[in-house]
Amino acid sequence: MNREDFPLLKQDIIYFDNSATSLKPKIVIDKMTDYYTNYPANAHRGDYDLSYKVDKEYEEARELVANFIHAKNIEEVIFTSGTTESLNMIVDGFFKNLLEPGDEVLLTTSEHASNILPWFRLSNKKDIKIGYIPLDNHYYVTLDNVKNAITNKTKVISIAGITNVIGDIRPIKEITKYAHEHNIFVVLDGAQMVPHMSIDVTNLDIDFLAFSAHKMCGPTGVGVLYGKKEFLEHLEPTILGGGMNESFDNPNEIYLKDLPTRLEAGTRNIAGVIGFAKTIEYLNQIGMDNIHKKELELRNYLIEKLLPIKHIDIINIESDSGIVSFNVNGIFSQDVAYYLNKYNICVRAGNHCAKILKSSVGIENSVRISLYFYNTYEEIDALVELLSDYDKIVKEMI
Amino acid sequence: MTEKEREILMKHYLNPKNRNMPHDNYEKVNSRNESCIDNINLYIKWNKDILEDIVFDGEACAISIASTSIMIENLIGKTKKEAEEYINNFTKMLQNEDCFLPKEAEIFKNIPEARKICATLPYIGIKKAILKK
Repeated sequence: MNREDFPLLKQDIIYFDNSATSLKPKIVIDKMTDYYTNYPANAHRGDYDLSYKVDKEYEEARELVANFIHAKNIEEVIFTSGTTESLNMIVDGFFKNLLEPGDEVLLTTSEHASNILPWFRLSNKKDIKIGYIPLDNHYYVTLDNVKNAITNKTKVISIAGITNVIGDIRPIKEITKYAHEHNIFVVLDGAQMVPHMSIDVTNLDIDFLAFSAHKMCGPTGVGVLYGKKEFLEHLEPTILGGGMNESFDNPNEIYLKDLPTRLEAGTRNIAGVIGFAKTIEYLNQIGMDNIHKKELELRNYLIEKLLPIKHIDIINIESDSGIVSFNVNGIFSQDVAYYLNKYNICVRAGNHCAKILKSSVGIENSVRISLYFYNTYEEIDALVELLSDYDKIVKEMI
Repeated sequence: MTEKEREILMKHYLNPKNRNMPHDNYEKVNSRNESCIDNINLYIKWNKDILEDIVFDGEACAISIASTSIMIENLIGKTKKEAEEYINNFTKMLQNEDCFLPKEAEIFKNIPEARKICATLPYIGIKKAILKK
């Protein structure tokens, strides 16, 4: 659906790498061009009309995002460069000051590098323990496994809402409820979740959320850090500079601005944020529930078509998102990707930045199809036809 | 790439020589390309300055595996100096310069430009091993 909105889809390309990044609708591209062309002023810093317009649109973007994720307060939305920066800020600006040696952080083996490496570094610096919530037979996280993994040292659970290889939707609300009953913080990596289904941070009661604009039809270089206001107040800025300070005279007298500006040092990615606002409006118009429903229909269709093919091993047959990971017997995943590329089909091969997942799944690399609402049954048919002919794959992969 | 060259490549990919063989007390070097997910370990047994044996394991694309298999076959028995000369010639060939290459290595001359990096994968490891020697 809505294919006509995407300039790239006018070309002869089938794009199945939406978990890496999504395509951009013309309306978003045009908005950013409009900014650069007609009012390319800085935000927060001008006493003239152009700057006022930038200021206004930048803050309207914040309000749109706050409403989109159902945050209680607009200042709970901080614009960052992406999920990675958001997660690093949460770990280094908040938990680094809060956690004590011996405290424990719970992750899973299917997390993306962005939700592992900042914790690993903290673990090395402050003697914080890293624990893993075990995955079940389908590589899912269950509430029971969370309960069993929690110890009296557990202070934080930091997990993805949807993982980028298995594509499972985690029972976040239940986890958060149980965690809060035990005074445990919950950090949600929303990179693969927020673009694909509606999210309500107030209802889920999560403490921190990170996600990126570029995976949801928005520009690259823009992301969001959401945090409950009472926690964000204690998040120490990891970057200092212009725009975020009130005044300073000497090292002992530095006064910072209030939220959210305090956490947005330097000139921001203004074009990106304004473009992201357009993106949110666009997604709202389609409806997040419609997007999720369409992806599931496409996924079910793809699974149904792939299952009978004997030389294909699907890693995640059951999953409630648009991610399907598989391997072709005896053929390296990257060779499958090269083969499909010859037919202008874009898929991802590799470990998808989930490098410790192999300890749970036993497979290091795979081919990943990640769907979005603009994909079609016809595109899936074209893919399946190419994958069903083993001899053709072997013959044409180089 | 000609049909004959393709056949040689597939032969080495589907049934590579010297893969997953015993390598007790061999020297290990890792080969990986930053731009992709290929990841191969070479295990080398030196006899003075002669490459007495080389085996490998790991995961990589068809071109990388075939290139590793062919490289190993061609290097076993060579002295350090001969190996260096072979490696130089292989590099020159990929840069479209004329040079002599033994048995089967010349099939990589005609692979697509974007895939030449795949053919160089095992050479990253063997160069490390020779430098250490």
